[in-house]
Amino acid sequence: MDKLSEIAIENIKKDIPEFNSGDTVSVHVKIIEGDKERTQIFKGTVIQRKGSGINETFTVRKVSHGVGVERILLLHSPKISKISVLKRGKVRRAKLFYLRKLKGKATKIKEKK
Amino acid sequence: MKGLLAKKIGVTNFFDQNGDSVAITVVEAGPCYVTQIKTIEKDGYNAVQIGFLPKKKKHTTKPLLNHFTKADLEPLKVLKEFKYDNYKELNLGDVLKADIFSVGEKVNVSGISKGKGFAGVVKRHKFKGGPKSHGQSDRVRAPGSLGQSSFPSRVYKGLKMAGRMGNSGVTIKNLEILKVETDKNLIFIKGGVPGPNKGILEIVKR
Repeated sequence: MDKLSEIAIENIKKDIPEFNSGDTVSVHVKIIEGDKERTQIFKGTVIQRKGSGINETFTVRKVSHGVGVERILLLHSPKISKISVLKRGKVRRAKLFYLRKLKGKATKIKEKK
Repeated sequence: MKGLLAKKIGVTNFFDQNGDSVAITVVEAGPCYVTQIKTIEKDGYNAVQIGFLPKKKKHTTKPLLNHFTKADLEPLKVLKEFKYDNYKELNLGDVLKADIFSVGEKVNVSGISKGKGFAGVVKRHKFKGGPKSHGQSDRVRAPGSLGQSSFPSRVYKGLKMAGRMGNSGVTIKNLEILKVETDKNLIFIKGGVPGPNKGILEIVKR
């Protein structure tokens, strides 16, 4: 194994739950304001997972007050203290960008049984 | 002042103490060996010559081989002189490792940049090129005018034109050291350094 991937393995988190696009997750993100640190919870649907190793990211989308909000988060970032999976979605694509064009009930994803 | 020879391993990401992701270059610095100590009395100036990367004996010329045996060392591929502050404490054959650098130090990194071949002016000198539309046909990456007319009737020396690009010595100054892994001799440097992966670099702290 080359030395770069060895470094990546040392720095990646091991306690990440298994989740995929279509799942509903809540992500606990640490926010530093001045010298205070607090945790913000971002809840939404995972619409993509991208990259590998230490560079892996995932995108969470939610609709807040009628406005679509998406956050791209680094999976192994120390700023993410916790990821919890609330619902497993049944989807037929890996990237759910079609959700951006849909509104209301149409954005609902069927739950996996 | 201190310095080491290093090998570029590659570029990756690293989370700093704030949790931010920073682009870093990982280099393997050392083990370097002291092959010669030059003194003001004998050589006219003070310097420490260090060597890096092992080499086979059969690929070494006899004069060079003797140079290494003086320091009681196996042959080494790269030799370079550095001005060390503590040259009086160093002895022939001493091992210098990545731990001579510490986290937070600013270093200058020199290497040979990747060769780009014969490059045009847009790539080589960041010229704008010509317009793409409005009746233009062959001006997109052209250099434009080379100068005036009957006076001076010639092209000035040193005018920026197309030519060989890259494969030349480049130094990048004030790069921060974010982490030192002493057991593996790895140094994490913030930002990019010249040259390809496996390229030889000089890391100098002034």
